Amino acid sequence: MKKYLDDFIVVSNERLNHEYVVLTLKHPDRLPHMMPGQFVEVKVENGPNTFLRRPISIHDVDKEANTMKLLIQEIGEGTRLMGALQEGDKCNLVYPLGNWFSLPDKPDVLLVGGGCGIAPLLFMGRHLKANGIKPRFLLGARTSEGLIALDEFKKLGEVYTTTEDGSAGTKGYVIHHPVMRTQDPDIDWIYTCGPDAMMRVVAKYARNHDIRCQVSLENHMACGFGACLCCVADTLDGNKCTCTDGPVFDSTYLKW
Amino acid sequence: MTASGTFGYGEEFMDFFDISCLGGVLVKGTTLNHREGNPYPRMAETPQGMLNAVGLQNKGVHYFADTIYPRIKDIKTNMLVNVSGSTVDEYVETAKVVNSLENIPGIELNISCPNVKEGGMAFGTSCPSAVAVVNAVRKVYDKHLMVKLSPNVTDIAEIAKAVEDNGADSVSLINTLLGMAVNAKTRRPVLSTITGGLSGPAVKPIAIRMVWQVAQAVKIPIVGMGGIMNATDAIEFMLAGASAVQVGTANFIDPMVTVKIVEGIEQYCDENGFESASELIGAMQV
Repeated sequence: MKKYLDDFIVVSNERLNHEYVVLTLKHPDRLPHMMPGQFVEVKVENGPNTFLRRPISIHDVDKEANTMKLLIQEIGEGTRLMGALQEGDKCNLVYPLGNWFSLPDKPDVLLVGGGCGIAPLLFMGRHLKANGIKPRFLLGARTSEGLIALDEFKKLGEVYTTTEDGSAGTKGYVIHHPVMRTQDPDIDWIYTCGPDAMMRVVAKYARNHDIRCQVSLENHMACGFGACLCCVADTLDGNKCTCTDGPVFDSTYLKW
Repeated sequence: MTASGTFGYGEEFMDFFDISCLGGVLVKGTTLNHREGNPYPRMAETPQGMLNAVGLQNKGVHYFADTIYPRIKDIKTNMLVNVSGSTVDEYVETAKVVNSLENIPGIELNISCPNVKEGGMAFGTSCPSAVAVVNAVRKVYDKHLMVKLSPNVTDIAEIAKAVEDNGADSVSLINTLLGMAVNAKTRRPVLSTITGGLSGPAVKPIAIRMVWQVAQAVKIPIVGMGGIMNATDAIEFMLAGASAVQVGTANFIDPMVTVKIVEGIEQYCDENGFESASELIGAMQV
């Protein structure tokens, strides 16, 4: 898929809570085709200590409005500067980058997200629904405040939640939710994105139950398009770039 | 030119611009045999720069010659191969293979990679070992032989002079500076290899100083690099004595930076009454 380098305009900055912001960015002309699982590399302006772009998942796309949404979790200086972008600001992107989730060959699909890892699952859920598949979502966070965009997910399918402190949904990690506790789950495919430790247990669960599982990795990157070779994942075929061979991998392809 | 290890094989950038407008492309560091590189994590962002510890991941020179070369050989720019090795023999064997590739007009001998356990920088940090590898490769390689120097030395001019005396056609400098990052939260090193190579604007003053020192010591052309982010940076290197420049880390932030630098140098020459960029070489008035 052809890559572009463009200035987008921030059309809205919606603050969800003290940690999360959704940026809506408008393409100056016509947004090219993008797929769920792909990401963009955001240039961070005016950061005294930031140097590289920040890889951010595409959270949602509105082709008619020529806009895309990015879910930003403010965890460092770069993401805080992104979260401070205001309507009318310019935002320079290299995009769309990486591969994407594949469509399932069977109908029972569970999308498992943790923390900011829910970002690509909204776009994927919309894509699944458009292809006649009703997705179910299992979303986990540390506290109820971390469970975000639930209303958007609920429009697409059933939503299960977990929190580590029990303030919403099932107490514990996603793997503790009843939907993943049954011995004979009615799940054909799992798509997951979130913290490494979470994805590893989800992948293990999928393997134990013969469920096809695609994971979206969040490795640190410099370039995002295969030039620096910094973001490698350890696969059956050796080191592969998360940015070009991924970020989506079949869990069985990773040496987990 | 683009610096090795920051521009892939050029193909990664073709969506953004026509790379034939560049003076040259230094393709990814190539070794005799396949190298898996170092484990993740290989990168740390640092103030005005980054550390990397990729460790020369590549599929070996025969894969390059058989699979990659046919794809890139007709690109209308100087495609140079960065050659590295763990032993003098490996450098020689790799250079021999590249010598047979008609459309590769030169190699950049990498005696300065800080991220490999054996060879690499070890060859470039003492005169006798630098001389040994340059001498041996010169005997089997008859096209342009550029030697990439390490800044992790006491006197870079001495090494530059030694490689010039032993048949180098040009020198390129600087490779990355050996650095390290620690994560205070986890109390662990950020890189899997603990140390890595520092690049980006943070190293620019050191790189310019070294270009200037080498310019006093050698007659062969100097290719300057280290933290070049824009045309002004490139011009500064040329004024200090570089005949050409390589742009590295900046490619990660702006994939079109090189074409902007080419245009910016032309504009500078027009505005300041220089007929050609070659008039900038060593034109700094002390």
